Amino acid sequence: MPNPDRTPDWAEYMRRIRQDRDQAAFGAVFDHFAPRIKGFLIRSGASESMAEDCVQDVMATLWHKAHQFDPSRAAVSTWIFTIARNKRIDALRKQRRPEPEDIAWGPEEEPDQGDVLALAQETAQLGDALAKLPEKQRVLIERAYYAELSHSEIAAETGLPLGTIKSRIRLALERLRHAMK
Amino acid sequence: MGQIQHHLTDPLLIGYAAGSLPEAFSLVVATHISLCDDCRARLGEFETVGGCLLDDCAPRPLAPGAFQATLHRIATHADDTPPAPAPAPPDTPFPAPLRAYAGPDVAAVRWRAMGGGLRQARLNTAPGASLRLLHIPAGTRLPDHGHRGLEMTLVLQGAFSDEDGRFARGDIEIANEAVHHTPVAEQGEDCICLAATDAPLKFNGLVQRIAQPFLGI
Ligand SMILES: [Zn+2]
Repeated sequence: MPNPDRTPDWAEYMRRIRQDRDQAAFGAVFDHFAPRIKGFLIRSGASESMAEDCVQDVMATLWHKAHQFDPSRAAVSTWIFTIARNKRIDALRKQRRPEPEDIAWGPEEEPDQGDVLALAQETAQLGDALAKLPEKQRVLIERAYYAELSHSEIAAETGLPLGTIKSRIRLALERLRHAMK
Repeated sequence: MGQIQHHLTDPLLIGYAAGSLPEAFSLVVATHISLCDDCRARLGEFETVGGCLLDDCAPRPLAPGAFQATLHRIATHADDTPPAPAPAPPDTPFPAPLRAYAGPDVAAVRWRAMGGGLRQARLNTAPGASLRLLHIPAGTRLPDHGHRGLEMTLVLQGAFSDEDGRFARGDIEIANEAVHHTPVAEQGEDCICLAATDAPLKFNGLVQRIAQPFLGI
């Protein structure tokens, strides 16, 4: 079981970055995530210098776009992954990245704290389940995410241990749709 | 929302989440997700997997001074967010990601006649797969055709039916080498589709095979 006391509450750090422009909170997020982003980029084929440059870019984007982070729709690690992925497409593949039409929070909307906590817990559980996958299957999933597999090489039956995350995100989306009416 | 019957496959959503799809496929995925909250939630799932893998990735030490350099970058480089896209014209069938490639509305598209009342417009993307819009007059039957690679067809307006069922706005048909189909556009409204393929289509009839190079499809 994930231990909530062991994992820092990254959503709370993001709140401090967004609302208070808190440099200490930014430093803590940087210390944890920046070396992992670098590891991720190098595994995806980036050179040392390109990875360093991308990491700084990703972390600067995190600071500038902190107001766009919605903790009821994505965990902090998920959000950082999407920023790093987009920088990788830009730097390594030199392609545009079409993004879905955004569903933005209304000006008054604040994410529900219960939802935020539940999503963080479910994300941690998914991480644990991934870690327990058989080695062979885990390697395939990693290769897909490090962009080593083409879409035709990604098996239809991934065996990914996905369960509750989708319904949690779905709930958040329904609430957003409702708020926009 | 909620009436979409034909969705994206897991491998395509994983490829999009991972950022490994050719640009043309990514645009079709992003356009479908703009219309489909079910696939939006599934994408959220697959991006969560990406976040877990990132969190679990072996850290690589940064160059000395990387944190200070990042603070400097924040102070000197303003937010590079592109300006918000223009608001959607009323009644456009094009969701936001497609408007960035095709213009705001059907009227802005530079169609080319293909014969039989069919029109198409190629949209520019990076190599790896090609992208086009198709305009099929209501009631038209398309030539029987197979596929060499993977073809994704997303309906934006009207509807068509073929051996795999009925496809209306938001529905996506994913076809590969195994599929031969003869789509027919429904009566009523002209059918507009966004199609991406990683190989040229091949038509089965001799006439179409000869015509194909001239049609540019
Ligand atoms: Zn869908």
